[in-house]
Amino acid sequence: MAIRIDLPVSEEAIRALKVGDDVRLFGNIVTARDTAHKFMIEKRPDWLRPILAGTVIYHCGPVMKRLKDGWRAVAAGPTTSAREEPYQGTVIGEYGVRGVIGKGGMGPKTLEALKQHGAVYLHATGGAACVLGDAVKSVEGVHMLEEFGVPEAFWIFRVEDFPAVVTMDSHGGSLHAVVKEASGAVASRLIHGI
Amino acid sequence: MALNLTDAFLELIRRASSDLPPDVERALVAAHRREEPGSVAKGALAQVLLNVKVARESSRPLCQDTGTNIYHVHLPASVPHGKVEKAIVAATRKAVKLNYLRPNAVDSVTGKNSGDNTGVGQPQIHFEQWGKGHVEVSLMLKGGGCENVGRQYAVPDAETKAGRDLEGVRRVVIDAVQKAQGLGCAPGSLGIAIGGDRGSSYLLSKQQFLRSLDDRNPDRELAALEKRLLAEINELGIGPMGFGGKTTVLTVKIGKMHRLPASFFVSISYMCWAFRRARMTIRGEKVTYGY
Repeated sequence: MAIRIDLPVSEEAIRALKVGDDVRLFGNIVTARDTAHKFMIEKRPDWLRPILAGTVIYHCGPVMKRLKDGWRAVAAGPTTSAREEPYQGTVIGEYGVRGVIGKGGMGPKTLEALKQHGAVYLHATGGAACVLGDAVKSVEGVHMLEEFGVPEAFWIFRVEDFPAVVTMDSHGGSLHAVVKEASGAVASRLIHGI
Repeated sequence: MALNLTDAFLELIRRASSDLPPDVERALVAAHRREEPGSVAKGALAQVLLNVKVARESSRPLCQDTGTNIYHVHLPASVPHGKVEKAIVAATRKAVKLNYLRPNAVDSVTGKNSGDNTGVGQPQIHFEQWGKGHVEVSLMLKGGGCENVGRQYAVPDAETKAGRDLEGVRRVVIDAVQKAQGLGCAPGSLGIAIGGDRGSSYLLSKQQFLRSLDDRNPDRELAALEKRLLAEINELGIGPMGFGGKTTVLTVKIGKMHRLPASFFVSISYMCWAFRRARMTIRGEKVTYGY
């Protein structure tokens, strides 16, 4: 049974989540990827703070359709999160973000920030762009579109029933670390015979 | 009615972006069947298969990263390269407007997105003139996540103790997959090239993705290594999305080229589960599509 998370969300609700939990998100999430993370660290824009407080960042560069009076998400799956590892921990602390949605997991620096600030890493299915795009019910706004282009802009998505799995929690748990260690032992046997 | 070459390419792009080749889809269905009931891995593959269906029915991109657009064009001397290139570029711009492709071309110095998915080297077109009378085109869309986990080894390699033989190739391929984990959207497919120089080796590794998943390598030694690597890599247990599970890769394809005595490259290209490839044949005015 999936756990419903309404955004913005409290620290308490996020700390209750554990690795392996299936969640469904409702409310506003904000896309941010490579250029956006560099920008958040270097420029520290104040206008972004109320948009991000208590919500979740989505590592996503969507395909967007321009409508007469706004936008629609055509395809919006997650991008590889590991590239934001140098920035993510600081962004979580600085902007009061309660979680990150992406794919592939993140490293020790982010895991430490999740613990310190009370946040989670949520894994969405990589490549499932139509299914996840259909969970975006409306586009509430966009920032830095002209400067960053469509894939890199901050898109504010209102989602309903957006599916994800907790793979890194605020208690130091990381499914990615567990899998990497286990597969590393097998790889070592296959390569070196030990 | 005269053939509209731009429209023919636009349809090729639509098919490549919104549909999976049947051999790949069959492999994903089999992978879903193998995973443990109730596991996160099985859940991820169920979502993958649902996504394939939704994308196909709605002509939307399977994945929002519509990737590097890699064309291989075989054509007779009577068809000018320039005409084909112009049609591909025009079709690409149209495809962005129709949301079949994402604007995916960024100036590497200014950081500016060109907005229409075209630029220096994008789309990527490889021409080859041949003796046949018809034109054959393959299009592969290769996303950035899986491209980033590709790896090239110059063997001997100290870390894996890989030497200049097929045993060395086996070692570095396993090492590359262990380093990739789930980051390339597993379960992926591996295209491997042995030999060549750095550039030709990577190109040959990607050309392995033009082979059917179900084919058999005509080189017996390479066929045996493909089979062994597929089994061993799936023992790693990295699984779909890196969640842990039985299927880490769907296929392993290996090609070889001659090399210099001084060099021995092993190039490993990783294709995500969203393995997008489509083909088009033009005979006179008649256009047919396939995979």
